[in-house]
Amino acid sequence: MKIVVVGNGMVGYKFCEKIRQKASAEKVEVIVYGDEIIPAYDRVHLSEYFENQKVDGLLMATKEWYQTQDITLKTGELVTSINTEEKSIKTHKGNVESYDALVLATGSAALVPKIKGVEKKGVFVYRKIEDLDQIIQFGKGIKRAAVLGGGLLGLEAAKALMDMNLETQVIEFADKLMPRQLDQIGSDLLKHKIESLKIEVLLGKNTQTIQGNGKLSKLEFSDGTELETEMLVISCGIIPRDELAENAGITKGPRGGYQVNEKMETNIEGIYAIGEAASYNQMTYGLVAPGYEMAEVAIDQIIGRKELLFKGADMSTKLKLIGVEVGSFGDALGSTENCLPISIIDQNLGIYKKINLSADGKKLLGGILVGDTGDYNILHQFALNGITLPPNPEDLILSSKEEKSTLNGVAALPSSSQICSCENISKGAIEEAIKSNNLENLAQVKSCTKAGTGCGACTPMVGDILSETLQSMGKVVRKILCEHFDYTRQELFDLVKVSGITSYDEFLSEYGKGDGCEICKPAVASILSSVYNDLIIKQDTIQDTNDRFLANIQKGGSYSVVPRIPGGEITPEKLIVIGEVAKDYHLYTKITGGQRIDLFGARIEDLPDIWERLINAGFESGHAYGKSLRTVKSCVGSTWCRYGLHDSVSFAIEVEDRYKGLRSPHKLKGGVSGCRRECAEAQSKDFGIIATEIGWNLYVGGNGGANPVHAQLLAGDIDSETLIKYLDRFLMFYIKTAEPLNRTSVWLSKMEGGIEYLKSVIVEDSLKIGEQLEQEMQQLLEVYQCEWKAVVNDPELRKKFTHFSNRLVGDPALKFNEMRGQKVPANWG
Amino acid sequence: MIKEIITKYETVIPEQVKVWEKVAHVNDFPLNGGLAFYYKGLQVAVFNFTRRNEWYATQNLCPHKKQMILSRGMIGSNGEEPKVACPFHKKTFSLKNGKSLNDGVCDLATYPVKIEANEVFIGFNE
Repeated sequence: MKIVVVGNGMVGYKFCEKIRQKASAEKVEVIVYGDEIIPAYDRVHLSEYFENQKVDGLLMATKEWYQTQDITLKTGELVTSINTEEKSIKTHKGNVESYDALVLATGSAALVPKIKGVEKKGVFVYRKIEDLDQIIQFGKGIKRAAVLGGGLLGLEAAKALMDMNLETQVIEFADKLMPRQLDQIGSDLLKHKIESLKIEVLLGKNTQTIQGNGKLSKLEFSDGTELETEMLVISCGIIPRDELAENAGITKGPRGGYQVNEKMETNIEGIYAIGEAASYNQMTYGLVAPGYEMAEVAIDQIIGRKELLFKGADMSTKLKLIGVEVGSFGDALGSTENCLPISIIDQNLGIYKKINLSADGKKLLGGILVGDTGDYNILHQFALNGITLPPNPEDLILSSKEEKSTLNGVAALPSSSQICSCENISKGAIEEAIKSNNLENLAQVKSCTKAGTGCGACTPMVGDILSETLQSMGKVVRKILCEHFDYTRQELFDLVKVSGITSYDEFLSEYGKGDGCEICKPAVASILSSVYNDLIIKQDTIQDTNDRFLANIQKGGSYSVVPRIPGGEITPEKLIVIGEVAKDYHLYTKITGGQRIDLFGARIEDLPDIWERLINAGFESGHAYGKSLRTVKSCVGSTWCRYGLHDSVSFAIEVEDRYKGLRSPHKLKGGVSGCRRECAEAQSKDFGIIATEIGWNLYVGGNGGANPVHAQLLAGDIDSETLIKYLDRFLMFYIKTAEPLNRTSVWLSKMEGGIEYLKSVIVEDSLKIGEQLEQEMQQLLEVYQCEWKAVVNDPELRKKFTHFSNRLVGDPALKFNEMRGQKVPANWG
Repeated sequence: MIKEIITKYETVIPEQVKVWEKVAHVNDFPLNGGLAFYYKGLQVAVFNFTRRNEWYATQNLCPHKKQMILSRGMIGSNGEEPKVACPFHKKTFSLKNGKSLNDGVCDLATYPVKIEANEVFIGFNE
């Protein structure tokens, strides 16, 4: 059988991908025609093209992919007519191709309204890569630009114009933005946010004429107002490309598009239509997900399985527009009779949530989310599956995220609920795949089911379904390290201790299989350090590159150097040494967030010499490269500060010196504040110490970063000695039991019983391990030595810091530019 | 400039070798690790896979972010396949044939390695 696909857009591509999963080249020959030169690309992320003008990243698949799939791809060739008698098509080059089944995936074109002057220079549409090339080219010589159309694509286009440093206006005919998805309040909020980015929004404007002498210079609106601009990008919607219909006798839908039935068949036998070019039930679908579903239905029909049917699609969307999260699902505008809306508007945070309930208040019909779409997945599922709502439906948009995840997790969803809308995969299908293929991790589930491989928004839900399914199968969800070790980190930690093995290779031979990898090598290296605290450079090639070269790798392949400055206290003499070293080795210098100084741009072969100078001046390694104690930040404390209760600097230095070089599952940061004003920001650290009238409060499990967490109080009003004792126990307990690369906050959040349990272990010593933890810590601290001092004093170790085997000079690929009087890396691909 | 560099790296198979270039003594190499080697404007990463008693050579340039870095990468195995992970973003590549083990990243060029009298040699075709 021979299938000819007309159109190589996203849906045309998806057809190719799916057909080959169902039928091999021996059974089905596939020939694809695309009129663009470039093979199918991702139009959803078209605006990314403005950032780098690279097509490669946007391609759905390379030309080679079509070859490997035995699919003939003919780009730059437009199909101009169909001969339904002979079952063949003809292209603009005069080539004729016969078919058994013809699939029309011709997509759509930009809708250009009939405005006087629309043909003028400087007016563009926003649809194809070549349109974008023209916009970019034209945009270089001008200052102002406008977008006609305040829908999804129009706002994307406006963002792109803004990024080109053009003064940008958005013009919308309706009285609101995204009129099909948002109500007035949602639009107002979005408008406010967009305008704060200096994009002007003009609503209710009917563009009458485009003025200008050959080239546009201004727009005239029906209300008599005008807008001066130099470029106009039209994004008013799409029209299906159905040019082949007339001559072939294919019936069109009322608003254009090839009319299809639920099997994606047109009125002519053997001819199918899918994607934006298809008109089903008087509707055309301008979204990717329904197009993908149509492709699957068409394939099912063509190969004779004939089970799948297209029953219309959900037009819900969730996206990030110009940095603003927007979601709209089901009956978003509340057009169902007697429906009951519930909404919250937070002008302060810029959040608007609205849900429309059925007249009896039992079902969710649809809703709108602006500013925070965290609830989208679960709300969408409620609406899609007609799930009966909980007694207080307002909680769905009111309660905090933590409460809700336990209230309405994936367990509440029926197995028919659609989880991945890009690939149209149900919860039941994911569960089935996990059970029948014995899948055990997220990567396996993604590659087996394709769920989460589109936009990725459903990945957390897929992960939850995996855990839930595994548990329901009676499987203990074991977080084993990787393919080489069938153990959790905690088990490996115990094995290292019990076996007394100190070399990774020996440990792998004894307890693992294969040759190790970039996951287990650093993890075991970290455990070996946490148990023995030996020099890590003795086994340099099992360390991540930072630990291997005792410095932090930066763009271009140079390294940065951070000497330890305990508590952030430093003498003028030491400051001068840092300055001199930086000048002599031409290093970029910057103050870090942890109250020390980072020296960037060091060549690998210079590292030992740089450190020799620093060590001679009394500095030690700052371990900025390690999963280990970084800094203990301090405020100025009672020695100088009129509010200070205790000497926070001295205590911070004592604590930092105590735990320096301590290796742990992830980095460790501390802070000491001299009073409750908390200038050291200690509550955002793994351990934070805050002075009280009679002693110290000890907080644990905080961090900054991507998901900031406040530390929680472990013990209050304790003296310095007790505090150190608790800190020893806490840190050692964390080191022994956490998973790799889990900060203390994550470790604590996973701990059953949470902070109360931790208190019972550390403060009340409920497990009777307190003394043991303290001893283990003491042993580690006793063997501490500065890694850089050891390297500087050992010629053999110094030799490891080289790039080439055969040239004494360094890597010629290292290049630097200058910025604000300092050097910065030049080359980054 | 980067484009020129990338196209310079082409896999050499043993039959094509015209020059065997001496790299270093085996003891100059780290155990289960690599070093970069400079030859006629090319940077080649040479790996001493001690655990398998095997040697490999690939281009030193990681195609992901175009960095001269793979010689500092961590080596290991994926099933039976020996691999190297780039230090920057942990993109992994087969040491045997240079094939990328991650989606969307180009493959590496590879070069033959031979050991004679404890000296390491890399084969080039020019």
